[in-house]
Amino acid sequence: MVTQVTSFSRNGLSDFIVQRVTAYILAAYTVFLVGYLLFQGEMVYADWQMLFSHTWMQIFTMLALVSTCAHAWIGMWTIGTDYIREHYFGQNANGYRLIYQVICILTLASYLFWGVKILWGN
Amino acid sequence: MKNDPRPVNVNPSDLMSFAWPLAALASITHRIAGVILFVGIAFGLYALDLSLSSAAGFDVLKGLMNSPFGMFVTWGLLSALAYHFVAGIKHLLLDMEIADTIEGSKFAARVTFLVSAVLIFLAGIWVIQG
Repeated sequence: MVTQVTSFSRNGLSDFIVQRVTAYILAAYTVFLVGYLLFQGEMVYADWQMLFSHTWMQIFTMLALVSTCAHAWIGMWTIGTDYIREHYFGQNANGYRLIYQVICILTLASYLFWGVKILWGN
Repeated sequence: MKNDPRPVNVNPSDLMSFAWPLAALASITHRIAGVILFVGIAFGLYALDLSLSSAAGFDVLKGLMNSPFGMFVTWGLLSALAYHFVAGIKHLLLDMEIADTIEGSKFAARVTFLVSAVLIFLAGIWVIQG
């Protein structure tokens, strides 16, 4: 068996489970935030700022953001390995896929650091 | 197997010659919505950053989200999120061996499109009402 060095955990079954666990976290965060926006009524800065000043909300948000990064990496990796192949892209497919994967990782890492700065940097 | 006429590889140009069962459409749409969200996170983080920066920033964001372009982006991202969410629930149900037969997957794909269409419609109303 060839180990896919670029998969999230070098192991398909583990990636599968990470994809599920992060999906549940993201679903919970989505339901919570949409529910808050719907039932809060008129949105004002003070309430919004107060919500994100709670430690539990900051942790919940970071959990969601870390989950987003892992979830999106596994998804984007799957798409890349499905379509960026020699059959479609010719001899240089491996190179193209590596570039694509590096761009995905850098983007997701940037999202993560941006989120940390938003929550604790201001 | 050597003379098996089935294609080993499928070229994108061949895709339209295939029948697209509803479950396949539901699956590829889930993928496309995921890619849209991958890019869309940047808009979400930008909005969160602006909304938490100051009361003035919060109002600037409200103004942006009430502009025609802002409404379109907000609605578009909410739509991708709604679809990816609903189709994702279908996946989690599949893990529990719910709707994993051919008939079941047809039904689940129909429900996925229907429920997400309703959510996308409601998201449109929510965006327009500000």
